[in-house]
Amino acid sequence: MATSAVPAVHDRAARPRSLSGSSRHDQLFRAILTACALAIPVLIVMLLIVLVRGADPAIRKFGLHFIVDSTWDPIAGKFGAFPLIVGTLLTSLLALVIAVPLSLGVAIYLTEFAPEMVRKPIAMTIELLAAIPSVVYGLWGVFVLMPILRTAVFPLLRSVLGFLPFFQGVIYGPSVLAASVILAIMIMPFIMSVSREVLLAVPNSQREAALALGATRWEAVRTAIVPYARSGILGAIILGLGRALGETMAVTMLIGNRHEIVASLFAPGYTMAAVIANEFAEAQDRMHFAAMTYVALVLFLVTVIINAAARLLIWRVSRGAGSGGKEL
Amino acid sequence: MTATLEPPVAATPIMVPRVTFEPRDAEPEPIATGELAIEVRDFSFWYGQVQALQHVSLTVPRRAVTALIGPSGCGKSTFLRSINRMNDLISGTRVEGEIVVEGASVYGSEIDLVAHRQRVGMVFQRPNPFPKSIYDNVAYGPALNALCSRRDLPDLVEQCLRRAALWDEVRDRLDAPATGLSGGQQQRLCIARALGNQPTVLLMDEPCSALDPIATQRVEELIFELKRDYTIVIVTHNMQQAARVSDFTGFFDRGGLLVELGGTNQIFTNPKHERTEAYITGRFG
Repeated sequence: MATSAVPAVHDRAARPRSLSGSSRHDQLFRAILTACALAIPVLIVMLLIVLVRGADPAIRKFGLHFIVDSTWDPIAGKFGAFPLIVGTLLTSLLALVIAVPLSLGVAIYLTEFAPEMVRKPIAMTIELLAAIPSVVYGLWGVFVLMPILRTAVFPLLRSVLGFLPFFQGVIYGPSVLAASVILAIMIMPFIMSVSREVLLAVPNSQREAALALGATRWEAVRTAIVPYARSGILGAIILGLGRALGETMAVTMLIGNRHEIVASLFAPGYTMAAVIANEFAEAQDRMHFAAMTYVALVLFLVTVIINAAARLLIWRVSRGAGSGGKEL
Repeated sequence: MTATLEPPVAATPIMVPRVTFEPRDAEPEPIATGELAIEVRDFSFWYGQVQALQHVSLTVPRRAVTALIGPSGCGKSTFLRSINRMNDLISGTRVEGEIVVEGASVYGSEIDLVAHRQRVGMVFQRPNPFPKSIYDNVAYGPALNALCSRRDLPDLVEQCLRRAALWDEVRDRLDAPATGLSGGQQQRLCIARALGNQPTVLLMDEPCSALDPIATQRVEELIFELKRDYTIVIVTHNMQQAARVSDFTGFFDRGGLLVELGGTNQIFTNPKHERTEAYITGRFG
C-alpha cells in the first residue's frame, strides 16, 4: 500500500502534476494523523509514569500488601486500599445488576414494541440524561433519592430480605446501596442508548426469519434478535461498567465515605475515586499523597484489567457460533 | 437427482422476442376445488395511502408450484408476504378482502398467527440464517413450536437437511456456524429451516436472486422435488425460472393488478392478455 502511493521518480514526470502534488499532501496528512494516533499510547505511558513516580514512596513502604490492607490512618502514616477496592467493585457491580435489566428492557421496548411516534422522543430523552453532569446527579441523589431510599425502600428491603447479611443493620442514609442506585441511574442512559443502537442494527431479515417460523414477538426478541446483538449488548454493558468504576462525584456524595468493609449494604463505604476526590486537597505529608497516588494507580490498573477481560469476553462471544453482531 | 427438470434455457445474444420454453408432456390437470391450498378473494392492500394490490383474486392448487411474475413494484412480493402476514411488521398498512389458507381466513379474527406461520413457511430473498449452528437453525422452528420431543429432534433435523439436499454437505459439521456456509448452502439451509416446522405451504420470495447460477440450479431442482409434498408459491424476477419450475404462473402488472393466472405452459406460449405477452416477450419490465 505504502509503496504504491509513492510513485517511482521516473513515473512522476509522466504523471499529471496535480496527482504527484496530492501524493505529497497525502504524505503530510498521513504524518499528521499518525502523530495524532501516536499521542494516545504516549499519553497512557506518561500517565503511568506520573502515577508510578508519585506513588513510589507508598509502593516502597507498603508494597503489594497495600491492596489487601484495610487501615487508612493518615496521622500514623499507615495506608491500605482494600476497602476502597472492594467498595469500587461492589458499587459498580451492584449498579450493573440494577441497571442492565432495566436498560435492556427499555432498549428492547424502544426498538421492538414501542409505537413509532414515541420511539424517537424517548430515545432523545435518554441521551439527554447521559449529558447531565454527575455533580447534579449527586445533588439530586442527596436531596431526593436518599430520603426516599432511607424512609421507604431500605426498610422494605430489610423486612423482606433481612435474613441475608447484606440487608441487616442500621439504616443510614449514605450507604453503599444508595451509591449503587445513583450509579445505576447514571449508567443506564449509556447502556440503554448503546444497546438500542445495537438492536436497531439487527437486520430486519433476522426478525422476519424468526416471525415467519412462528415465533411470537417476544420469542423473536429472546431467541433471534438479542442473540444476534449479544456482543454489542455486552459492549454496552462494559461501557456502563467502565463509567461506574471511575464515577466520582455522585458516589462521593452518597456513599458515606467510611474506610471499612461491612457486609450490610445499608452501611457507608468508600471507593477509590471518592477517596482521591475527598482527601487530595487535604493531603499534607508526602506519604498521604503517595498513598493516594497509589490508589489512583490501582484504580487505573483495575479499569484496564476489567476492560481487557471484557474485550476478551466479547471476542469469545462474537466468535462462538459466528455471531452476526458487530463489535463496538 | 431430478431427470425431469428441463435444462436451463440458453441465453441467446440476439434479441429473441419470446422466452424459449419447451412444452411439458401435458398441461396440469384442471383444478378441482378440493385441491386448493390458498384462495384469495378480492384482496387489496395499502401502504399508508399507496395502494399496492388491487382486488386480487386467485387460487393456488395443492402440491404444485405457482410462480408470480411481473415488473418491479407490481406488488407480487407484497402479495406473497400477505399470505403469512409478514407485512404486519410494517406500520400503517391496511388490507381488504380475504385470503384463505387451508380453510383458515388469514385476516380473520380467529386466526392463530403463530400456528399459521408455522404451517406456512417462508424463504426470503437473501439467505437469512441465524448466527447459530447449522443444527440449531433447523431445530429453531420445531423447538419453538414444540413440534416434536427433544429426543426426536436430531432425526427431524437430519430429515429436513436431507430434503433440502444439504445433508451430505453438512453432516460432519452440524455444530459449525451457519454463517460460514456459502450463499447457496445458506439458502438451502433456510429452506431446511422452513421445512423443520412441517409446513404445508412454502412461500418463496425471489429465493435465487442473491445466488450464482449453479446455486440457483440446485435450489430450482430442490423446488421441483419439494412440490410433491408442499404447496409452493414463488415470486421471481426471472421468467426462465418461472418457466422452469412452476406449474402455474400468475402475472402481476404495475399498480398491483393480477392480470392473468394460468398453466405455466399456456402463459408462456399463449398468453390471453396483451400485457402478459408484452412482459414475457421482454417489451417492458
